[in-house]
Amino acid sequence: MAEIRNYTINFGPQHPAAHGVLRLVLELDGEVIQRADPHIGLLHRATEKLAEHRTFVQNVPYYDRMDYTTMLCNEHSYVLAVEKLLGIEVPIRGQYVRTLFAELTRLASHLFALGAHALDLGAMTVFLYCFREREELFDIFEAASGARMHTAYFRPGGVYRDLPDSMPQYTASKIHNERAIRKMNENRQGSLLDFIEDFAERFPTRVDEYETLLTENRIWKQRTVGIGVVSPERALALGFSGPMLRGSGIAWDLRKKQPYEVYDRMEFDVPVGVNGDCYDRYLCRIEEMRQANRIIRQCIDWLRENPGPVMIDNHKVAPPARVEMKANMEELIHHFKLFTEGMHVPEGEVYVGTEHPKGEFGVTLISDGANKPYRMKVRPPSFVHLSAMDELSRGHMLADAVAIIGTLEIVFGEIDR
Amino acid sequence: MATRLETLSATLTAVLGDKLVSQTTALREITIVVRPEDLIAVATTLRDAPELRFEQLMDVCGVDYLAYGIGGTSEERAARMRDLDVRVAGPEGRKHPSRFAAVYQLLSVTHNWRVRVRVYAQNDDLPAIDSVIGIWPAASWLEREAFDLYGIVFTGHPDLRRILTDYGFIGHPFRKDFPISGNVEMRYDPDQRRVIYQPVTIEPREVTPRIVREENYADSEGIKKG
Repeated sequence: MAEIRNYTINFGPQHPAAHGVLRLVLELDGEVIQRADPHIGLLHRATEKLAEHRTFVQNVPYYDRMDYTTMLCNEHSYVLAVEKLLGIEVPIRGQYVRTLFAELTRLASHLFALGAHALDLGAMTVFLYCFREREELFDIFEAASGARMHTAYFRPGGVYRDLPDSMPQYTASKIHNERAIRKMNENRQGSLLDFIEDFAERFPTRVDEYETLLTENRIWKQRTVGIGVVSPERALALGFSGPMLRGSGIAWDLRKKQPYEVYDRMEFDVPVGVNGDCYDRYLCRIEEMRQANRIIRQCIDWLRENPGPVMIDNHKVAPPARVEMKANMEELIHHFKLFTEGMHVPEGEVYVGTEHPKGEFGVTLISDGANKPYRMKVRPPSFVHLSAMDELSRGHMLADAVAIIGTLEIVFGEIDR
Repeated sequence: MATRLETLSATLTAVLGDKLVSQTTALREITIVVRPEDLIAVATTLRDAPELRFEQLMDVCGVDYLAYGIGGTSEERAARMRDLDVRVAGPEGRKHPSRFAAVYQLLSVTHNWRVRVRVYAQNDDLPAIDSVIGIWPAASWLEREAFDLYGIVFTGHPDLRRILTDYGFIGHPFRKDFPISGNVEMRYDPDQRRVIYQPVTIEPREVTPRIVREENYADSEGIKKG
């Protein structure tokens, strides 16, 4: 009798459904997975070590590039950690702007995750629709900060600058004539807040479109119901957070339980699943998009009524305005010290976790009183979720591995860092 | 009426008692320091005691305290790291009893509080700490990462291998004596017609030196007041 061994294949680093550079070594018995061993580290850029050689403000762009689908939410954790060490308080308008952009980024992340998950399981239309929405979000980010994706908008002390009063306009070209341009520019005639409000008005119908395509679709249900089931106790033991934990029935959301910024003033609900399978997590994410829209509307209303500073006034932390810098000796010295040496953060150790769309994104920041961090450790939610891949996919088939990777919402920028 | 932080602090002292080397409250967070031989017992108590119930291990952070509190240009820092013994507590800020430590971030979902547990590894040349994977399965990859990047061996971990570094990588890159540009670089060699590793050719360069100023440096206005 010949020796029978399991068939080992490489769900290789270059694979359209591997969500980045995932090398998943699968041991299969026919099509049933016996063991899954994810190999990561193909996108490891040693961000944490590089951060020890950059000043505290210079580290902000690293966070954009970690989870590259949710740029501002990553920055949020870091900036809150630095502010906690400094012991400073961000002005209230700055907090509302940050909450608004964090929720816009939550939409961007869930649109990406939903689109990629659906694409992996064969529903290509949803992917295109989600990215159409993401284009509008990128226009919002570009108007506020200058960059479509990696904005470096949140800084320790507030946000870089206030929201602009006008939106960039499309211009006529060989492809679009004047009449078409006028139609495209219709919702860009006001300030950025008007544009975001128009987006928030249209967004619920878009989510209805995605739900029409997927929620009652029997192919989608056959591919996701009963796949990747996690019991609540096991989810807690494995370190899950975010929709992975809520899909299993545990009502845990850091925005409600350990509120930061102005989440304690926002009215929103948190969806919680029942069965802990991929379908419940998908429903949680859809509902979270609707709730994020609610928060965005509340932030817009407040921001219209209340002008004010968006950055702290303390010039040991935030640079002074250029006009004052050129007129005033003290501001000149502050500007010089901040841009050559950087701000000094008192000695201390802090951990800040925020409700990132994928889970709890935590930053441990250890400072020894210098102008650069001593140790900056990032706790990415996808890292912990992917470590459970073996347990989740045993006994499932090869195609279910794709569904599970999609529901874990893994992004290699933050897993490998 | 005690705040939740004070309640947690009192509960930790009451339940863990003499197993705590120290307990500090700073910046609205509690940090406890535990001896490596007590780690498994303390971790089991933290997870199971009904008044503590830390069901979730959020993060295992490896730390190398070799360069703690040292400032100056990169040559000055390298020289100071070689000279000073890490156990010497002096005005330069050597406040840590050993070079390597593992810092565990714990979260209680039932009680909605967090705690940080720091364990110093006793041996600086071969740092070893017991693995908590039997208590929190989430530790599997987190401890693998601390091992790969710092060289802290977690005894009892069933699958302690590298996770982030390249397959044949030598060294523990996040240690403070490992250079920022690394030791080897890769390039394609047209003679051997394959990708090769060669010693690194990057010139070391530092734009902004790391500066640790004395306390009260900014105190004419102060960070909080200004």
